[in-house]
Amino acid sequence: MSDFTRDEIHRLALLARLEFTDEQADAFAQQLTQILHYVETLNGLDTTGVEPTSHALALHSVMRDDEPRPSLSNAEALANAPEQEAGCFRVPPIIQEL
Amino acid sequence: MTAFETVIGFEIHTELLTRSKVWCGCSTQFGQPPNTQVCPICLGLPGSLPVLNRRALELALRACVALNCRIAPVIQFERKNYYYPDLPKNYQISQLRKNLGEAGWLEFQVGDETRRVRINNVHLEEDAGKNIHPETPGADYSLVDLNRAGTPLLEIVTEPDLRSAAEAAAFMNAMKSLLEYLEVSDCNMHEGRLRFELNISQRRAGEERLGTKVEVKNLNSMKTVLRCIDAEEDRQRDLLESGESVIQETRLWDEPSGRTRAMRSKEVAHDYRYFPDPDLVEIHVDEAWVGRVRAELPELPDARRRRFVEQYGLTDYSAGVLTARKPVAEYFESALRSHANPVGIGNWVINEVLRWLGEDPDRELADYPVAAHDLAVLVRMIDEATISGKIAKEVYKAMMAGEGAPEAIVKAHGLVQITDTSEIEPIVARVVAENPDTVAKIRAGKDKAIMALVGQVMKETRGKANPQTVNELIRSRIDEMV
Ligand SMILES: [Zn+2]
Repeated sequence: MSDFTRDEIHRLALLARLEFTDEQADAFAQQLTQILHYVETLNGLDTTGVEPTSHALALHSVMRDDEPRPSLSNAEALANAPEQEAGCFRVPPIIQEL
Repeated sequence: MTAFETVIGFEIHTELLTRSKVWCGCSTQFGQPPNTQVCPICLGLPGSLPVLNRRALELALRACVALNCRIAPVIQFERKNYYYPDLPKNYQISQLRKNLGEAGWLEFQVGDETRRVRINNVHLEEDAGKNIHPETPGADYSLVDLNRAGTPLLEIVTEPDLRSAAEAAAFMNAMKSLLEYLEVSDCNMHEGRLRFELNISQRRAGEERLGTKVEVKNLNSMKTVLRCIDAEEDRQRDLLESGESVIQETRLWDEPSGRTRAMRSKEVAHDYRYFPDPDLVEIHVDEAWVGRVRAELPELPDARRRRFVEQYGLTDYSAGVLTARKPVAEYFESALRSHANPVGIGNWVINEVLRWLGEDPDRELADYPVAAHDLAVLVRMIDEATISGKIAKEVYKAMMAGEGAPEAIVKAHGLVQITDTSEIEPIVARVVAENPDTVAKIRAGKDKAIMALVGQVMKETRGKANPQTVNELIRSRIDEMV
């Protein structure tokens, strides 16, 4: 496993909507590289015939019935919004189209 | 000039008809005040945990079965990570590696030909909320309504098996029709509950390899999709003919200019970093469940067409036309409950209702001005000889103009057919007397000449006489004159 570079940290930061200075990026690159190398220890295990899993619970097929349940009130829903208007969350203008 | 072939595929999204959302119990009812159908789960508040709605998976399964897909015995949900204000969790729960359905197909008709589009996969995910751009001039903000966030969404991905706008149109109609018949979605395109996203590329005639494809978003009606195919075909061919290349990208349809345009944010290449959602466990889709879904499939177009032939004595062609769209088939059967003349009503539905629908590919039968019962009454009035077929056309026009029920229109305009021959006889006598030349021709054996006299009598009765009766009266009048 190769080491993290400063550019990779900046790219990951952008994807996570974070902003780092080059110094921070270098520090994180070093730390993340160490973490990655530590996790790499797992590659030493022989996992032949072991199904990949995404969680540690011995559960499957958990579902609920299609029964509507009460929602929050509009006031409750917007209680943590820094800005609101007309019952909506008010956010910076969306110029980037998806 | 090089001959090019257009290659088209679709990604189809449709909201499933459940009562509650896919991961939480919030209602999916449409048209409620903003942010009143939200809870910690669909708002993405920390610590909240999703649980799958069984009905959403069952409806998705129904679509997979009807699209002839291989069903995965074990499915898993994954997080698709991206930032957008209408996506409060900053990821969409979707599927990637273990899709519910794969390797299916849909057959449809293009003219007399049966075509097949392969389905790459069908999977279950969630819809986003809605961004609202305030109408206040100069407003430098957006508003977000999350009522729709977490509504179950079915995605159907086709292989690039379509070759023209005409094929694409036939495919979209067939897909919409199937989804309507399956009762998995209300397929309302105006409100965005059924959306077609296009991918389109060009290749030189005879070439095997596919050209570079472009994906187009923001297509909110079938008409728009078809316009977009034309515009993109032109743009891509121009590029290739002038020696440039098509760039693989996602473009947006721009309605005012009738063209697609590149998206601005190219610097952030999309990197969705999919990974299995650790909050959701694997779901086992056992064969018994699939079997039950298969056994409980609603009556699909083919079966209904056969039933219409057997039960109503319609031709295979008429039955096919009447069952192509579920709302039309239902309109027809609903009219039959008011007046049991399948052939007569079938003809009216084919000639008038379908013509009206065909004038605009985005028209919905729900907006058709004539109720099924009223159309049935109109046909009954013809069958009972209350009005002639010709008058019926006029009554129909008035019904389309919103003048009300057919009986009322016939009464208000005094259009009831004259059945009392004593009212017609004097007119016949006069017309015969005034046209000795024509009468002579009829006597000489030129039977067709009588139509001129029938026409005159019909005109004088303002179409209210029965042409057959008039014909008979003229003949007996001429015979009497001998
Ligand atoms: Zn909710």
